[in-house]
Parts: sequence; structure tokens; C-alpha cells
Amino acid sequence: MMPDLGIYTTHVIAAYGATAILLAGIVALSVLRSYRLGRDLERLEKLRASKSDG
Amino acid sequence: MSLWEYANPVKFMLLSGRILPFLTGVTAFCLLGGLATGFFDTPDDYRMGSTAKILYVHVPAAMMAINAWAMMFVASLIWLIRRHHVSALAAKAAAPIGATFTLIALITGAIWGEPMWGSWWEWDPRLTSFLILFLFYLGYIALWQAIDDPDKAADLTAILCLIGSVFALLSRYAVLFWSQGLHQGASLSLDKDQHVANVFYQPLLLSIAGFVLLFVTLVLFRTRSEIRARRIRSLQMATNA
Repeated sequence: MMPDLGIYTTHVIAAYGATAILLAGIVALSVLRSYRLGRDLERLEKLRASKSDG
Repeated sequence: MSLWEYANPVKFMLLSGRILPFLTGVTAFCLLGGLATGFFDTPDDYRMGSTAKILYVHVPAAMMAINAWAMMFVASLIWLIRRHHVSALAAKAAAPIGATFTLIALITGAIWGEPMWGSWWEWDPRLTSFLILFLFYLGYIALWQAIDDPDKAADLTAILCLIGSVFALLSRYAVLFWSQGLHQGASLSLDKDQHVANVFYQPLLLSIAGFVLLFVTLVLFRTRSEIRARRIRSLQMATNA
């Protein structure tokens, strides 16, 4: 249940909202970069393996 | 078994891969638990009203803004002295996280300051040193991006990190150096008069644990990405050679 924040509702919600957005942002950027790099590395390792086999 | 063995990227990837799932779970528990308890289960402060709830995001973020730089300082020293690549990459990985925490501390501080001080921003010693710390984070990240040679980038950013440590220290102790600032003293203190009341203490402790664990989890996660990026670079160079 939402607590009664009185006259400071906007301030408290804004502080928690900004924190949530920034934390979600850094987590999302980290996960996306990890995914992209993992995919690229896998592709390059396969290419290297196929070259050494051939 | 020595700690330095984990400076080997292969061993680091193996160990971090094993502990990250567990660490992510504990981080989510502490962070969400601390913030939810602080927001929903704590009373208003008799002077600050419900704005006291901002404590649970502002204080942990500010603590970690400084501690992230301290971790980068140690990692940079290890790089400069022992030339372990994982330590340089860990420092690089920590910078965007530290910058995010610093930005959270600045934004939540401004939001808290407006009703309490009647101003979003004051050129107070702590606020100003935090702003300079944030600019150092941006400069550090930009310097890594600007230099192609990774070892040279690690050297120069390590030196920048050592210089920036003065401002990280200043951000922590500015309140003690100059007494004319608006910012209050530490919320967590051995001095009973300064220490935050018990009713606010436990959620704050849980929230701080959440922020610390989030930092550790993200640093491990992002260091793994940096190691992959380094491997991609060497594979591409071998292919082009």
C-alpha cells in the first residue's frame, strides 16, 4: 500500500524514479553490450576454427 | 592458491561465471528489499517529513560514488605496479557504474535539497566536490575511448585516476574540512548524536548492502565484457595480419 507522502510526494517519487531509471539504464547497457560482444566473439572463434581446419 | 592467479583472464572468466548467478540473486534481494522497506515501512522524520525516505537512495549512491573511485584507484595501482590486464579492465568496467552512482547522488541530493534548503543547488563544498568527481568520471571514460592502444590507455587513465582520487577523498571529507557548507554530516557515525535513528538504520543498511552488491555484480559482469572485447580485438588483428 502506498504510504502517505504528504506535501513531498513529488520529491520522493522523483528521487526514487530517477534512481530506478538510472540503475535500470546501466544494467540494460551492461547486459546488451555483453550479449553483443559474446555473439561477436563466438562468430570470430568459429571463423578462426574453420580457417585452421581448412 | 594466490589472489594474483585471478589476474589470469581465463581463471577470472571461470570464477566470475560461477559466482555471478548467485551474486545477482543476493543483489536483487538486498536492493529491492532495502528500497521497498525504506519506502513503505519507515515513518516520516519529525523535521524532514517524508523526504527522509530519499535517504535510502541518496546515501548508498553517494557512498558508492566514492567507493567505486577507491576501487578504481586500487585497480589502477595494481596495473601500474604489476601490469595485470584484468585489473586495468576492471577499473575501466567500474567507471560507468561509479558515474551512474555519482549522478544518482547529485540528482537525488538536488531533489532533497529543494524542499529542505529552498534550493536545488548550492556551491557547497560537498556538492561541488561531488560535481567535480562526476566530471572526473566522464573524463576517465572519455580518455579510455580516445586512445586506440589499450596499454597506453590503461597507463594514462590510471594516472588520471590517481589524480582524481584527491577529489574522491575531498567528496568524502569536505564536510569536515569546511564547516560553512549546507550539507549535513555523515548519516552513519559512531557519534550517537549524528548517527541516524534506529528506525531508519536497518532499511538503510540493507539498501547500502544492495548498492554495494550491485556494484560488485556489475563490475564482474562488465569486466567479463571487457575481456571479451580485448579477445575480439586480438582475433581481428590476427585475421588482418
